[in-house]
Amino acid sequence: MPRGKKKLPEVSSGSMADIAFLLLIFFLVTTTIANDKGILLRLPPPPDPLQEQLDIKIPDRNIFTILANSKDKLLVEGEPFEGSMDELKEDVKKFILNFGKPTPEGIEVYNSLPAQMKAYVNTNGRDPESSDDPTSLKSIVSFKSARGTSYDLYVGILDAMNAAYNEVYASRVGITTEEWLSLDRSNNLQKEMYNRGRSGIPRAISIAEPD
Amino acid sequence: MPKFKKNSNTSEDIPTAALPDIIFMLLFFFMVTTVMRETDIMVKQQIPRATQLTKIERKSLVSYIYVGEPKNVVLYGSEPKIQINDVFITEDDIVGFVNTEKDKLDEVERDQITMSMKVDVDVKMGIVSDVQQELRKANALKILYSTIKRVSE
Repeated sequence: MPRGKKKLPEVSSGSMADIAFLLLIFFLVTTTIANDKGILLRLPPPPDPLQEQLDIKIPDRNIFTILANSKDKLLVEGEPFEGSMDELKEDVKKFILNFGKPTPEGIEVYNSLPAQMKAYVNTNGRDPESSDDPTSLKSIVSFKSARGTSYDLYVGILDAMNAAYNEVYASRVGITTEEWLSLDRSNNLQKEMYNRGRSGIPRAISIAEPD
Repeated sequence: MPKFKKNSNTSEDIPTAALPDIIFMLLFFFMVTTVMRETDIMVKQQIPRATQLTKIERKSLVSYIYVGEPKNVVLYGSEPKIQINDVFITEDDIVGFVNTEKDKLDEVERDQITMSMKVDVDVKMGIVSDVQQELRKANALKILYSTIKRVSE
């Protein structure tokens, strides 16, 4: 047996890296990472000419109005709004979680909230001038933009409104907003969580047509 | 005092045998994630940023509408235009477009069609809402405002 190093026969693979690099650069250049994410919105069905327009009277206190004009200035609940989108989100959240004059369903929703949110409601959400309770038709977030409003602001406000709802849902089931957004509804356990978060608090976002 | 003797037997070059493997790994990553773009986008596309993003579960149900200022301002002017597939269209053609897209789907899934709106940040709401009104007429009620994840500071 020979002593010392034994030389192994080898196929020269020095140019392998070059070939791979060439391919790599090709794919790097041609790639566009697909982004299929965004803010989902359901449009109302087209108006039916045969059906009479139902005029549902909803008191003003149950509607949180956000108006945007062509100069991208905001009017929130009748007051000019200069704050950031985060502040708007907090305002919307406060509005949703207001129990001014709760109906029996509203009380049921209140009882289902975790202790932390009950404390939040008790300190912030007892304003009789604001929404009655979070249930259907008792708190509606309405947003109206003008034709000249920039799309950027529109998306920003839509995002803030959705963020408020998602935060409410997420803290109701005790997870973070990020976790809430990544809930997989094909999984039974997560679907149950999703339904539990949303039960009794519908995402009542109304987008009016710009005039 | 101890003496350190340089061990002359060890080779000094870094082994590069694993380099192709690393490169191949990167290569496969890009090969898998890459999507060859079939349409040539002729409008400016700077997508707005947002935080509350939802992901589309079924990609086959999605059709895209691009809105923005044309890249070729000399030829098409600087007013925002609507592009689908490879052509510019007017609002009136949207209903027809939605119906052809719906025809490609199974009958049970037709009302679940999702229109992904890829709109440039500089566009005003006027044209976007016109498109939405047409989509309502065409009964394509699920829309997705395509956005990129905003990383909070």
